[in-house]
This record gives sequence, C-alpha cells and structure tokens, in this order.
Amino acid sequence: MSPTASTSTPTTPVPINERTVLALSNVTKSYPGTPPVHAIRGLDLDIRAGELVAIVGPSGSGKSTLLHVIGTLDRATSGTVSVAGYDVDDLNDKQLSSLRSRHIGFVFQQFFLLAGETALDNVADGLLYTGMALSHRRVLAKQALDQVGLAHRMSHEATKLSGGERQRVAIARALIGSPDIILADEPTGNLDSKSGEDVVRLIENLNADGTTIVVITHDHEIAARFPRRVSLLDGRIVEDTRLVETGGMQ
Amino acid sequence: MNVSLEPSRLAPADMMRASLIGLRTRRLRSILSGLGIVIGIAAMVGVLGLSESSKSDLLAQLDQLGTNMLRIEAGSGIGIGTGELPEDSTAMVSRVGPVEQVASISEVESSVYRTDLVPEGQTGGITVKAVDANLLATLQGQMASGIFLDEAASDLPVVVLGSVAAERLGVTDGAGGTVVWLGNEWFSVVGVMDTLDLSPDLDRAALVSYSTAEEFLDHDGVPSTIYVRSDPDDIDAVRSVLPATVNPENPDEVEVTRPSDALEAKEAADQAFTNLLLGLGAVALLVGGVGIANVMVISVLERRGEIGLRRALGATKGHISIQFLGESLILATLGGLGGVALGSAVTAAYAWSQGWDVLIPTVAVVGGLSAALIIGVVAGLYPAMRAARVSPTEALRTL
Repeated sequence: MSPTASTSTPTTPVPINERTVLALSNVTKSYPGTPPVHAIRGLDLDIRAGELVAIVGPSGSGKSTLLHVIGTLDRATSGTVSVAGYDVDDLNDKQLSSLRSRHIGFVFQQFFLLAGETALDNVADGLLYTGMALSHRRVLAKQALDQVGLAHRMSHEATKLSGGERQRVAIARALIGSPDIILADEPTGNLDSKSGEDVVRLIENLNADGTTIVVITHDHEIAARFPRRVSLLDGRIVEDTRLVETGGMQ
Repeated sequence: MNVSLEPSRLAPADMMRASLIGLRTRRLRSILSGLGIVIGIAAMVGVLGLSESSKSDLLAQLDQLGTNMLRIEAGSGIGIGTGELPEDSTAMVSRVGPVEQVASISEVESSVYRTDLVPEGQTGGITVKAVDANLLATLQGQMASGIFLDEAASDLPVVVLGSVAAERLGVTDGAGGTVVWLGNEWFSVVGVMDTLDLSPDLDRAALVSYSTAEEFLDHDGVPSTIYVRSDPDDIDAVRSVLPATVNPENPDEVEVTRPSDALEAKEAADQAFTNLLLGLGAVALLVGGVGIANVMVISVLERRGEIGLRRALGATKGHISIQFLGESLILATLGGLGGVALGSAVTAAYAWSQGWDVLIPTVAVVGGLSAALIIGVVAGLYPAMRAARVSPTEALRTL
C-alpha cells in the first residue's frame, strides 16, 4: 500500500513488510525515432520494504531503462511510478533530485568513485546533497564502511582500492542514508568471480538486516540466489518468482 | 497526496569542496590554464605599477628641478637671424619683474683636448661655452666634484666640465688639479658637474667664465642661450613677454622654451606606450579566459560519469552548474592572485633596480582581481550550463 494512496494517518505506521517502497503500474517508456523504440511496454511491479529482488534479462530487454525509471533518473512515457510513497509524476526535477538524495541509493557497475578522495569521504558523499554537515556525514560514513567490512580502509584513496573493495565502498555510499531502496546496476559486472561473490554475499547480508535492494543483472546464477526474481524480455515481465520460506518457488 | 519533500541542499563548504575536485585531480592542467590569467594580470599590474613608479620618479625629478625655468635661444624666425641674441639681452631679461635668476651662455669657437698632442679633429663632441657664474644655481645643478666658476677665478685659465665631457676627457676628479688643452692654452679643471636633466647639452661642454673667454679665447661675449628662473605663478606671463624683451625689433627670432616640458612630453609618450602594453595585457587576459573556458568544456566532457553520479546522489541541475562555475571562478581567482603577485614582484624588482619608489596602484590590484573574477564567470558560464544539461541517464552510460 503506497502512502500516496493511503488513508492512514502518520500516527499509524504501515507494518514494515507490507509497506510498498516501489510501485509501477502500466509503465511504458518509448524513445522517439523511426520507428520509435519501446524499451518498456506496460509494466506492473510492486516491491515491498525488506525485499531483495533480482531483475534479470538479456541485453536490450529494458533492464537499464527500468532502473533509470525506478531511480527517477528518467521519466516514464506513460503509467504511474511511485517511489517511497511519492508519486513521481507529481514531482518536478528539483523534487526528484531531493527524492534521490534521501530515499534512493545507487550502486553502479563502474563504481563511480571520486578520484582524490578517501573511501570515507566517498561514502560521506552519499548524503552530500542533503545539506548535512561533513563531520556528521563522516560519522555515518564510518558506520556504513563498518557495515560493508571496510572500516580499516577508510582513509585510503577510494580509487586506489581493489575492484571488490571499490564496489563495497560504493555500496556503503548507497547505504549511508538508510534509503528506502537501493538500486544496484550489474554490481558484479566489473569484478572477478571471487570479489563478485563477496559483493553478492554483502548484498544478501544487508538485505537480511532489512535493507530493500533491487539488483539488475544479466547473470541468471546470481539472480537465482535471490528471494525474488523478475525476468524481463523485450520490455515486458515474463516471469516474477518468489522463493517461499520453505525454500520452494511460489 | 505526497508528504512534503525536503529540497536537495549543498552546504557552502561542500560546494567549495566539489568545485576544488577538478583542480585537485588535474593539477598540471589547472596550473597551465590558470597561467594565461596569471600572465595577463601580471602584465597589467606590472605595466600600471611601472608606469606609476616611473611617473612618481619623474614628478619627484620635476619637483626637484622646478618647472619655473625658461630657456631663451636665438630662433630661426622670419627674416635673416644672426643665431645670436642681442648683447644686452641678459640685462633686459633681469629687469622683468617676476624673474628671479638669469644666467647666460655663449658659444665659444674653440675645442678642448686632454693634451696638446691630440689631433685637432678629435674634439670628442665637446663644446666650449662661456657662462655666467650663477649658471649652476639657476639650473639648480650640483657639482660631482670640485667647485663651479666663481668671481675669484674669473680671470684665470680654469674650466668646469660637464659630466659627459669629463668622462670623455678622462677627468675623474674635478678637484684633482688636472689640466686640459683649450684654445692653445693649458686650463686647470676646477670642477665636474653632475648630470643636468634640464639642459643635457651642458653635460657635453667645457665651461669657462666670460672674462676668461675674452682674455684667453678672444671671445666677444654675445649670449646664445639664456636661462631664466621666474616666480612659478607668473611663468606664463614671463614667457609671453620674453621675446619682445630680448629682441624688441625681431621678437620672432627669439625662441623661448620650458625644458621641463620635454620631460612632461616624455611622460606623455610613456603613457601612450603604457596604454599599448595595457592593451596587450588585456589580450593576454582574454586568451587566458578562452583557455579556461576550453579546459572547462573538456572537463565537462570527461567528467560525465561524475555528473551522472552526482545527479543520482540528488544533485539538482543548479548544483552541477554551480560546481563547474565555481571551479572556473576558483581557477581564475587563483590566476588573478598569482598575476597580482607576479606583477607586483616584477614592478618592485624593476623599480628597485632603477632606484624608483615602488608604487603598486590599488586600481591595478583591485582591477586585476575584478577582471580575473569576471573572466572566471564568463569563461565558466557556458561549460557550467552544458554540465547542467547533461542527461543523468546518458552520463551514467559513460565508460
């Protein structure tokens, strides 16, 4: 149940596991051209707080477009998108920026760490655009680095760390503000299998602590390990499976 | 209904940090692009500083020499001039009310040599002049050594040398009793004058008294030049009556000049040169600005990934453009500060080497820094707008 449609008052919080952090309803995304490219075609998707979801599909299936739409970096052509209770259609560009700064965390395949800054400051940059003082952000960054097991690397220059460590710094940066949802775009794509495995385990552990994470991947093996798997093909969901508590498929 | 969303914010200290990232990580490039501004501003500060310092030196010089001196010469007016002033002109001039001092000079047809063995043609460009004893005082000149001609020596074969003449004759000490060969007679050198800024022709002359010239050199004593010191307030009035006073029949043949005008004209010429150099400095500054704009545009292209990341972290378009504008502004400001420092150092060093007072005009410092700031904004505006327009999804696809 999205707060946008909710009739409940703020004093009666929605139970955590029933709170929808992401709701897509009949979403399409087309790019103009001759012929126009329909990257997403009529997609419905609900993700609740605490879920760990893999969105899997081959290249060209619309995964990246979906990530951009969910992450409010791009607007849907039609349909409604609601993130953390906010109806994206109702928000202007500045408000979308604000939504991203406080409610969405991003992890990218290329890490996108800032050169010349320590791991600690790169993580602290996760809250850069909230206006929070650097000293306060550094305290939170230390905690986030601790959470990803990199407390001992905090004063190292981030871009000089190993690939696996760099991605963990990036995950800590996404984690720092305790966003409603973390979107990870091929987080293991640039890593060797050992580091990739570490990152996947870290994601699982963070989810076990209650963080809602959506991982976009073309790797079916990784996707199969996650409790929920959404398969995309040609801009449509072809499969949405949940691993039930007993271990079987729903 | 959405609950209210707190806007994205970037604390000023973080804005500064963000703007410094590009400069910190691309140091050499930043230094090189800032160098254009450094050179431009340094040129402008240096030119203004040097012109101001030299002007102050000139004013001090004028102050010391006085602007109330006039020089009267036989001019080349209409009619057949004699090239000489009437015999009694000195007395006539001294009768003009505001005139304080008068001293005349007369060309003597003779030459001076170090010894009697020097061939006649080798005059060294040194002229011989008969002068009044108060000439040095009228010119407000100084002796480098020895004494000037005085009454006591008026009938003796003694000579005073100008600074250049002394050098050419190899006379270093005017009080050393050196003798020189002048008009078939040995003359004792009694003094050497300091350089005379207002009458450089006397630097290359050997001076004797009128009576000495008459007695030893067979000179008729007609003055060719008269120097006049007048009350500074009446200088223009004196100047206007002098031609008719000196030569009532042919006032056109009398030329009256004010030697300090030459120094002022030199200053005016310097000013024109200063303006030209300032223009060159402005061009350097402009090129520096273009350099910064160029580097910023490249930087925006290179840092698309960073722009995408920042947008994903919640930066608004405004935050992105402010970051790049800030970077350009910091670059230009640092360039401006460097330029002011360099320009001041050059001015100080040159002024010191010339013995001038060091004067760095405030207008140059403030103007230089303001120009740098304006250039920083102008050069950064387009790249900043371009950075803000980068689509976050496109930017994140980079690599």
